[in-house]
Amino acid sequence: MTDGPLPITLLGGYLGAGKTTLVNHLLRHADGQRLAVVVNDFGDLPIDADLIEAAGDDLLTLAGGCVCCTVGDDLGDTLRALAARAPRPDQVLIETSGVALPGALAGTLSLMRDVALAAVVVLVDAETATARADDPYLGDTICRQIRQADLIVLTKPDLAGPAGMDRTRTLIAALHPAAMVIEAAEGRVPPALILGPRPRSGEDAPAPATPGHDSLLFRPARPLDARTLARGLADPALGVLRAKGVFLDEAGAPRLVQAVGARVRLSAPPQGARAGIVVIGRQGGLDPAGLAALFGVHGR
Amino acid sequence: MSDITIFQARKILTMIPNRPVATHVAVRDGRILGAGALEDLAGWGAYTLDDRFADKVLMPGFVEGHAHTMEGASWRRVYCGWFDRMDPDGTVWPGLKSVEAVLDRLRAAEAALPDADTPLAGWQFDPLYMPGAVFTRHELDSVSRTRPIAVMHASGHIIVANSAALDQAGLLREGIEHQSFPLGDDGLPTGILLGPEARIAIAPHVGYGDMLADNAESDLRAFARLCVRTGTTTITDLAAQLPEAGVASMARVTQMDDWPVRLVPFRTFLGLKPEALIAEVQRLKEQSNDKLRLGGIKIHVDGSIQGFTARLRWPGYFNGAPNGLWYIAPEHLAEILERALAARVPVHLHTNGDQATQLVLETLETALQKHPGPDHRFTLQHCQLADAAQLRQAARLGMCVNLFANHIYYWGEQHYAQTVGPERARRMNACRTALDSGVPLAIHCDAPVTPLGPLFTAWCAVNRLSSEGRVLGPEECITVDEALRAITLGAAHTLHLDGELGSIETGKRADFAVLEDDPTAVAPETLKDVGVWGTILGGVAFQAGRV
Repeated sequence: MTDGPLPITLLGGYLGAGKTTLVNHLLRHADGQRLAVVVNDFGDLPIDADLIEAAGDDLLTLAGGCVCCTVGDDLGDTLRALAARAPRPDQVLIETSGVALPGALAGTLSLMRDVALAAVVVLVDAETATARADDPYLGDTICRQIRQADLIVLTKPDLAGPAGMDRTRTLIAALHPAAMVIEAAEGRVPPALILGPRPRSGEDAPAPATPGHDSLLFRPARPLDARTLARGLADPALGVLRAKGVFLDEAGAPRLVQAVGARVRLSAPPQGARAGIVVIGRQGGLDPAGLAALFGVHGR
Repeated sequence: MSDITIFQARKILTMIPNRPVATHVAVRDGRILGAGALEDLAGWGAYTLDDRFADKVLMPGFVEGHAHTMEGASWRRVYCGWFDRMDPDGTVWPGLKSVEAVLDRLRAAEAALPDADTPLAGWQFDPLYMPGAVFTRHELDSVSRTRPIAVMHASGHIIVANSAALDQAGLLREGIEHQSFPLGDDGLPTGILLGPEARIAIAPHVGYGDMLADNAESDLRAFARLCVRTGTTTITDLAAQLPEAGVASMARVTQMDDWPVRLVPFRTFLGLKPEALIAEVQRLKEQSNDKLRLGGIKIHVDGSIQGFTARLRWPGYFNGAPNGLWYIAPEHLAEILERALAARVPVHLHTNGDQATQLVLETLETALQKHPGPDHRFTLQHCQLADAAQLRQAARLGMCVNLFANHIYYWGEQHYAQTVGPERARRMNACRTALDSGVPLAIHCDAPVTPLGPLFTAWCAVNRLSSEGRVLGPEECITVDEALRAITLGAAHTLHLDGELGSIETGKRADFAVLEDDPTAVAPETLKDVGVWGTILGGVAFQAGRV
C-alpha cells in the first residue's frame, strides 16, 4: 500500500444529535478531500440532495469526488470496497447507529488491516443529553458513548440555552474529564477538527486557520522519540485540539501521528510523505514555545 | 385411481378437543378431509388405504417457530460440540469431552481435505464443560501450521484461530491491544478471538463468511433433511437477509415436489429504513408459495444472556457484568412497529433480557393506540427473563411469546451460577406462567444455536432439567399435552398459520409427524426419546434418511 492505511473517523451519538447535519457540513467543506461516508440504516436520506451527483445501487456519488454508502452486512467488506476505489478516498467517515457504542466499533477497526482509526467523534445533543442520561433504557448507552469519545461535539447550543449547556458540560466532565469538547450550532464545526489537519504538500504554511482556532506547522529536523511525542501532544498544557503529521522516529522510520484531545495514535504514513506536523488549538490556546520544544524546532 | 388417500395409524393425535384421537385420516389434494375411524371417512368416496403407518403414531407436523436455515450450512464445518448431535444424514456425532478429542476430529477432517489451502472450520466447541481446558492457536497448530483453521465456540461469540489463519488476517503480530484479543506471554495473540468484531477480522480467512445469506440448494436440503428427521413440517428462518439471489434460490427449491418442509423466512430489520422495509417485505410476500411463506419482519432488540449482551432490568447480571447492548434505538423500534401495524405486517422481536422485553411492551402499547392492528400477534422471541407482569401485559396487548425452552438444558447451569443467579434462572422461559397469563405460547430451539428437535424442546419445557440434572423451577414445568400443543398449534399461531396448520382437522394441510411411539403415553422424562420415522407434507410421505 503506497497510500498508507485508510484513515477512518467514527461519528457517534444518539439519534437527533446532529450526525447527519455534521456530515453534510463536512461534505460541503471537504476542500478537495475525497470523503467516503458510511451511514447506518435508519433515518432520512442522510445527504443533502444538491450534493448528490449520481445514485447507484450501493453507492451515492457526491460532489467533489466524495461518495456515500450504507454499511452492508459486514463492515469489513464495505471498507475493503471503499479502499479498492480508484482514486481511493482520502478519509472514511462512519456514521454509527444511534445506540452503537463507538468504542466497540473502534475495537473492530483496530483489528482490520489497511485501515487506521483517526478519531472517535461523539455528538451530544445539549438540549436532551441530561434527560437522556437519566433515561432508564438509554442512560447507560448515552453515558458510554460519551466516555468513549476522543472529541465531543456539543450540538444545539441555541436550543439548550446557557443553563442547558452548563448542565451538559457538567455531565460530560463527570463522565469523561479528559474529553475534548467543542460546540457547534447547526453542524458548523471547523472540518479540520473533525477530519484532522492536512499538511499541504509544497507549502510551508499550514492550511488557513479555521475561525476561532489557531493552526501551527512544525517540521522537526531530527528524529523524535514516539512515546515522548505522544505524551507531549496529549498534555493539556500545550492546548492541542488536534494534531496530524509525519515525523521520523528514533529508528529513523517515518511515522504518522494523529492526536485528538488526549488520544494519540501512531500508524504508517503514506509513501513519500514529508515530515511535518500541523497542530490546531483554540485561538490563543496553543503554547507555541512548549510545542517547539516538543518538536525540537521553532513553530511557524 | 382415487385422489383420496386414507392413512391408517396406530394412533392419531389430532390436537383438537372434539376428536382428540383417531385411527385414520383422509387426505385429498394435500389437505385433510377428516380424521376418525375408517367408516367415518369412507363417505368421502373412493379411496386408497395407505397402511404403511399402521404401527406408527401420527401427530400434526411440528412447527419450529425460531430456527435458522444456517443450521444446514453449519454442517459444512466440523462438529466439535460437547453434546451428541445428529447431522442431516443421520450420523450422530458423539459429543467431544476433551481438547484432544476435538483436535483428533479436526485432524481427521484435515487429512481428508483435497488440497493444502482450503480453510478448515469447526463449530460448537464448548469449553464451559471442560474446566481448565486450554484451547488456543498452539493447540490448533498441532492440526496444521499451514492451513487456516478456526473453531467457533458454542456460544457463537468466541472463535479460536490457528497461527496460519491469524497470519493471513495480519493478526499474528505484536502491538495488538484489544480486549477481544488476549495476548500470550510472547506478546502475540493467543488465537482466542472474543466477540463479533474479532470474528469479522478472521471470518473471511477461515470460511466463516456470509452463511446467513447463502441459501445454496445443498445447504437448504441439508436443513430440510434435519426437519424430516425431527418431524418438523414447518420451520422459520428467523431472521434472514433475504437478498434477491437467496430468495430466488428458496423460491426455486421449495417448489420442487421432493422439497419436504414449509419454510417461513422473516426478513431482518437491518439495512433498510422503516418505510422501505415494509415495502420490501410486502414485495417479498408476493413471492410466497405453498411451501415458502414470506412477509414478516424480525427485529433484534438486544443481545444474548450468556454473552452478557442482553439488556437486563435491575439488578442486572449476577456476576456484576455491565448491562448489555441495544441493537435498535427506541425511536427506530417505534417507527417500525407503527408502520407494521398500519400495513398489517407481522413482526417478531428478539428480546432476551427483561429490559428489552419491557421496551417492546411499552413501545407497542403506544403504537397500538395510534394503529389498533387487531390480531397482530407480534411475537416476543426468546423472551427468556420475562416475569409474570410482563407476560400478562404481553397477553393484554395481543402479543405471543416464543420461549427458548432449550436454554434451560444447555445453559441452565451457567444462568444459575453466573448470568442471572438462582432465582431468575428458576423462572427463565416461564412456560407455566405464560400459559396461565393467557399469552399464546410457542417454544423453540434457535438452531443452530441448539439442535433442531421439537420433541426435545417439548421435553425441556416439561422437565426443565439442566444438562447437570438440576430441575430449574419445577413450578414452571408444563404438561406433555401443553408442550405438544406449543410445538404445533402454538407455534402455528405465532405465524398466523393456525387456521391452516398445527392440528389434524378438516381443511388443514395434510402435514404430519410420523412417530414410532405415542408421546402422550411414554414417561414424560423420555419424551425426547420418542422415535421419528419422518414426516408427511401435503399428503406426501418423507422418510428420514431417504430425502
